[in-house]
Amino acid sequence: MMRAAFHTLLSYWSRHRFQLFALVAGLALATTLWSAVQAINGQARQSYAQAQDFLQQLDGTSLVSPGGSLHLSDYVTLKRQGWKLTPVLEGQYRNAGQSIDLIGIDVLTSPQVARLFPAESLGGDSDFLRGILHEPGGIVLHPETEKLLPSVLKEMQIFRSEAVPLGLAVADISLVSRLLQRPDDLSRLILLGDTGPGAMPSADSGADMRPPDTRALASLPAHIKLAPGGTARMNPGTLTESFHLNLTAFGFLSFIVGLFIVQGTIGLAMEQRRGLLRTLRCLGLPFAQMILILVVEITLIAVASAFIGLILGYFLAASLLPGVAATLSGLYGAEVSGALSLQPAWILSGLAMTLAGASLASAHAFYTLWKLPILQAPSTQARGQRLLQSYTAWAAAGIGLSLGGVLALALVEGLIGGFMFLGGVMLGAALLLPYVLWSLLGMAQARTRAPLMQWLWADARAQLPGLSLALMALMLALATNIGVGTMVSSFRLTFVDWLDQRLAADLYVTTLDDAQGAEVQAWLSQQGLTVLPIRSKEMQHSTGQLKIYGLRDDELYRNNWPMISARPEAWDLLVQGRGVLVSEQLARRADLQLGAHIDLPAGWPSEILGIYADYGNPHGQAMVSLPQLLKNAPDVDNLRFALRLDPTQVKQVINMLQERFEIPRENITQKDLAKARSMAVFDQTFLITDALKLLTLAVASFAIFTSLATLWNQRLPQLAPVWAMGVRRRSLALIDILRSLLMAGLTALLALPLGLLLSWALLVVINTAAFGWRLPVYLFPMNWLALVLLALLAAGLAALLPAWRLFRISPSELLKVFSSER
Amino acid sequence: MNAKPLIIWLVLCMIGPAVNAQGFAGLGTTAAEGFAQPSPDLPLVFPRDHGAHPDFRIEWWYLTANLTDTEGRRYGIQWTLFRSALAPGEAEGWQSPQIWMGHAAVTSARQHFTAERLARGGIGQAGVSISPGFQAWIDDWDMAGDADLGQLDITAAGTEFSYTLSAHTQEPLILHGAAGYSVKSTDGQASYYYAQPNYQISGTLRLPSGPVEVTGMGWLDREWSSQPLSQEQSGWDWFSLRFDSGEKLMGFVLRRTDGSVDFRSGTWITASGTAQPLPPGTFQAEPLTQSTVAERQLPTRWQVTLPDRDVSVTVEALNPQSWMDLSFPYWEGPVEVSGSHSGSGYLEMTGYE
Repeated sequence: MMRAAFHTLLSYWSRHRFQLFALVAGLALATTLWSAVQAINGQARQSYAQAQDFLQQLDGTSLVSPGGSLHLSDYVTLKRQGWKLTPVLEGQYRNAGQSIDLIGIDVLTSPQVARLFPAESLGGDSDFLRGILHEPGGIVLHPETEKLLPSVLKEMQIFRSEAVPLGLAVADISLVSRLLQRPDDLSRLILLGDTGPGAMPSADSGADMRPPDTRALASLPAHIKLAPGGTARMNPGTLTESFHLNLTAFGFLSFIVGLFIVQGTIGLAMEQRRGLLRTLRCLGLPFAQMILILVVEITLIAVASAFIGLILGYFLAASLLPGVAATLSGLYGAEVSGALSLQPAWILSGLAMTLAGASLASAHAFYTLWKLPILQAPSTQARGQRLLQSYTAWAAAGIGLSLGGVLALALVEGLIGGFMFLGGVMLGAALLLPYVLWSLLGMAQARTRAPLMQWLWADARAQLPGLSLALMALMLALATNIGVGTMVSSFRLTFVDWLDQRLAADLYVTTLDDAQGAEVQAWLSQQGLTVLPIRSKEMQHSTGQLKIYGLRDDELYRNNWPMISARPEAWDLLVQGRGVLVSEQLARRADLQLGAHIDLPAGWPSEILGIYADYGNPHGQAMVSLPQLLKNAPDVDNLRFALRLDPTQVKQVINMLQERFEIPRENITQKDLAKARSMAVFDQTFLITDALKLLTLAVASFAIFTSLATLWNQRLPQLAPVWAMGVRRRSLALIDILRSLLMAGLTALLALPLGLLLSWALLVVINTAAFGWRLPVYLFPMNWLALVLLALLAAGLAALLPAWRLFRISPSELLKVFSSER
Repeated sequence: MNAKPLIIWLVLCMIGPAVNAQGFAGLGTTAAEGFAQPSPDLPLVFPRDHGAHPDFRIEWWYLTANLTDTEGRRYGIQWTLFRSALAPGEAEGWQSPQIWMGHAAVTSARQHFTAERLARGGIGQAGVSISPGFQAWIDDWDMAGDADLGQLDITAAGTEFSYTLSAHTQEPLILHGAAGYSVKSTDGQASYYYAQPNYQISGTLRLPSGPVEVTGMGWLDREWSSQPLSQEQSGWDWFSLRFDSGEKLMGFVLRRTDGSVDFRSGTWITASGTAQPLPPGTFQAEPLTQSTVAERQLPTRWQVTLPDRDVSVTVEALNPQSWMDLSFPYWEGPVEVSGSHSGSGYLEMTGYE
C-alpha cells in the first residue's frame, strides 16, 4: 500500500514537470544565494581570523610614541631598566612603482617567530633562521602575497607561510630597518608577559621579580606612552562586519524570497493533489503514512535542490570573491584571500538551511492538509474575513517593528543601531504591505461603479492571500535595489568629483631614489614647469596609522582641494605653517572640529584649518605645508612629483623624463589613466552589490510567476461565472495581466519610499559608522522609473502564461467548473 | 602560543653550535669561516682581554658562587653572558652579527630558579665594555666593576628570583693551559681560557620566600674561541672545586659521541694562587650515582681523583635537579666535596640526551 501510494504521489511530478522545476529552482536559488554569501563571508572571516591571530601579538599592549618618534635608544634604555619588550618596525617598502608593507620583528625576542616557521621546517630545519638572519636576509610571506613583492626583494630568501596575513611581509628587524633605511626608528615596543606595568611581582605570576610598576610607568620619557592592545591597527573584523552583515542580509533576503516560490509551489501541488489524496485515503491509506510519504518526498526534493544550490553557490561565490576581496582591501585595508576554499561546515549549514527552509515553506501546506477535512472543497471567498484579521495583525506587527527600528536608531550608537533600524523598517514595511494593498484595493472597489471593474478589484483582493508573500518579496527586492543603487550611484558621483579634485595635476612621476628625485625636480624647474613634490611622513597616531603630507602652496591645491569644511583663510594659514588640514576619517575618529587641535608630536602644527574628503582610504591622513613637513621630518623620501602641464606638453615631458632619467614608464602616470584605474577599482568594488541586486530582483519576479501559476487552478471557479455572464476569454486574460501589473505597480510605488529610506540609512548612518565618511545623497529618479518598469515587466511576464492559458482554455473546461465543483 | 620550542630551536641552530662549543652540538663540524683562531703565540693582555672578542665565534663571562646564609643554608648562584657571532666582527645597530645570551640561576638544596635573556649586539642592549671600568650587561642584568675585575657588582632577575651581589678579590688571575691557551682535544682544538676563582661575595638573594642575606666565594671563568671542540666530542663534565685547604681544582672531561672519555685536562691552583696545568689524563672523574633529571639520566655524584696531588674526593650535587631548562638545556649547580679534601664548588654537565 505504502509503495503504491508513494509511487502514485510521486507520479504527479512527472505529469507536472514545470511545477517540479519551479520547486527545485526555488529551493536551489534560495540555497545558491544564501550559500554563496555564506561562502564569501566565511572566506573573508577566515582571512581575518588568520590575520587577527597573527597580528594579535603585534598589537598587544605596547609602548608607543604618539608622534612616531620612537628611537632605538629608547628601546635599549627601557630594556636596561627592566622592561620586558620586543620591538616592531613597520613601514611600506617602495621600489620602482611596487610596494609592500613590511613588519620587522626581533627574531631573538619576538614570540611571533614561532608562528613564522614554514610548516615543513618545524622539525628543526636550520635553513629558516639562517636564511632570516644571514645575508642577504629572508622574508616570510603568505604564498598569495608573493606576486606583490617588489622584484628587488626577490633576491632575499623567500619563506612562505599561511600564518602571515595577506599583503604584508615579515622579516627580521635588521633587514627591515635596512630596507626602509630607518636604522634608528621603531614603530612600537610590545610588552611581553602576562604582567603589565603596575602589577606587583609575585612568585607565581609568570612575570619577573622586577616588572615595570606604576612608578616605572610614570618614569617613562615624555614622548613614550603606554598604548592598550588593538590601537595600533584597526581591527578588520569589526570594521568589515557591516559589509558582511550587508551581504548576509542580501543572502537572507534572497533565501526568503526563494522560499516564497517554494511555498507557492508546494501549496499548488497539495491543492492539485487533493483529489488524489482523497482517493488514497478512501482506499485505506492511513493519514500518518500519507504525511510520511509527503515528508519523504519533500525531503528528497529538498536535498537534491540543496546540492544543485550548493554547487551553483560555490561557483557564484568563487566568481564574486575577487571583487569582494578588492572591496575589502580598498575600503577597509583588510586583505582577504581571493581563492575560495571549500569548508565542510559550509556544505552542512547550506544543506541544513535548505531543509529548514523547505519544511518552513511546506508547513503551511501540511497544516492545511491536516486542518481541512479532506472531502471539503476550498472556499476562497469565505476566507475574506479571516484574512482581514490576520492582515491587521501583520500590520500591527509591522508598525511595531518599524517603530522598534526607529527607536534603535535613536538609542543604539553606530553600525548596530543602523542595521537594527534597517532590519526593523524593512521587515515592518513588508508586513504592512498586505494590509495596505488590501485597503487600497478596497477603496478602489468602493469608488467604482462599473460591475466588471468592481469585480476586478474584488478579485484582486481575493487573490491577495496567494500573492502577498510574493509581493512582499518583490517590495523588499525593489526597495533594496533602490536603496543600494542610490548608495552606489551617490558614492560613484561623489567619488568621480573627488577624483577630479584630488588628481588635479596632469602628470605624476615616481623617481627611483631621492638623488634622482632631486635631479628630476631641478631639471623640471629649469624647464619652467610647476613641480609639486608629494612627500609624506607616516606615523602612529592614537587613532591608528596616520600619513602627513607636506603641500607646496599652489593654485592647483587652492582651487581643487575637496574641502568639506574649512576656515576662510585656511590656505594662507596652512602656508604660514600655522595649522593642518585633516581628512574626514581622521576628524571623525579623533572627534576633531575646525579650530580644534590634533595631538601630533611637539613641533608639528596642530590647529585644524580644514577637513577634506578622502574617500576609500582606511587610514587617517593630514596635510601641512611642505616646509613644516621638512622641518619635522627632514628625512622623508623625495620620490614623487605632481606636474601641472599644458595638455600639449604631456607627451613631450613623458618622453624627456624617460630618455633623460631612464624612469620606467610605469612610474609615470597621466591623470586620465590614474582616474580610469581608480574608477575601475571602484566599479570592481561594487560588482557584488550589483550582482546580488539583480539576482534578488530575478528571484522575486520568479516568485510572482510561481504564485500566479499556483493561483491559476484556484481561480477557475471564480473566472467561470464571469465568463458565463458574457465576458470573453480574451478580456478575462487581459484583465488578468492588468491585475498583475496593478499589483506589481502598487507594490513598486510603495517600495519607492522604503528604498529611499534605506538609501538614507545606508549613506548617512551606516556609511559614516562603517567607513568614517559621510556621503551626500543624490537622487536618481530615472533609475527608479527603470526599476518600476522592470517590476511591471516582470509581473507582466509572470502573468503572461496564466493569461495565455486562460485565453486558450476551452469553454468546456470553464463549464466543468459548474458541473464538477469539488 | 608557545614560543619556547622556537627559541630552543633558534639557539640550537644559531647560537647552539657556538655556545655549546665545548660539545653538545656540532660546533666542531663547521670550519670557522673567517673567524679568528686561538694561537699559543699571542699572549693575553689585560684589561683588553676582559672585553669582547667579536672576531671569535663564541665567548663567555661565567660567574658561579657557593654561598651560605646566616643560618648556614647553602646556595649556589650563576651569572653568565654568552656571545655568539653569526659572522666575525661588529657592525652598527641592528646590522650587528653578534648575538648575546644571558643565563642566571639560584640554587638551594630544594629549589632551582633559572632565567634567560637574548639580545642583539650593536644596539647597546647587551655587551661588554672595559673602559672606564669593566661592564658586562644584557637588558637589566649587570656585572660591573673596576677595569681589572678586582671588584664587581652583579645583578640579575628572573620570574621568581633576583639577586644583588658584590664581589671582591686581590688575588691574581689564573691563566689555564699555556698562559691562557687551553687545548681541548688531541686534534688541537683550543680556546683562550682564564679565571678568577677567588671572589669573596656578599649580597642578597630575593626568592619567593623572601630576601636572603648571603656570603661566600665566587669563581669567574672567561673563555673564547672559534672552534674549540672536535667533531667527535659531544659534551663535557666540568668541575671547579674549592678545597678548605685553600687549594683549588678545575678539571674537565670531554666525552665522545659514543659516551666514552675523549679528553681530560685541568688546572691545579695552589693555596698561594699559582696555576699548575695538569698533564692530560691525570684528572679523573667517575660517576657514582645517576639521577633522573628532566627525563634523562645524569650523574649527580662523582668520584674525582687526582693521584699526583693525593686527591680522592666525592663530589655531590647540592640539588640534583639543577637543570637549566633554557633555550639549550644543561645541568649546572653547586656541589659539596668530601673525602681526602673537603670543600665546595660547581659542576656543569652538558650533552646528556
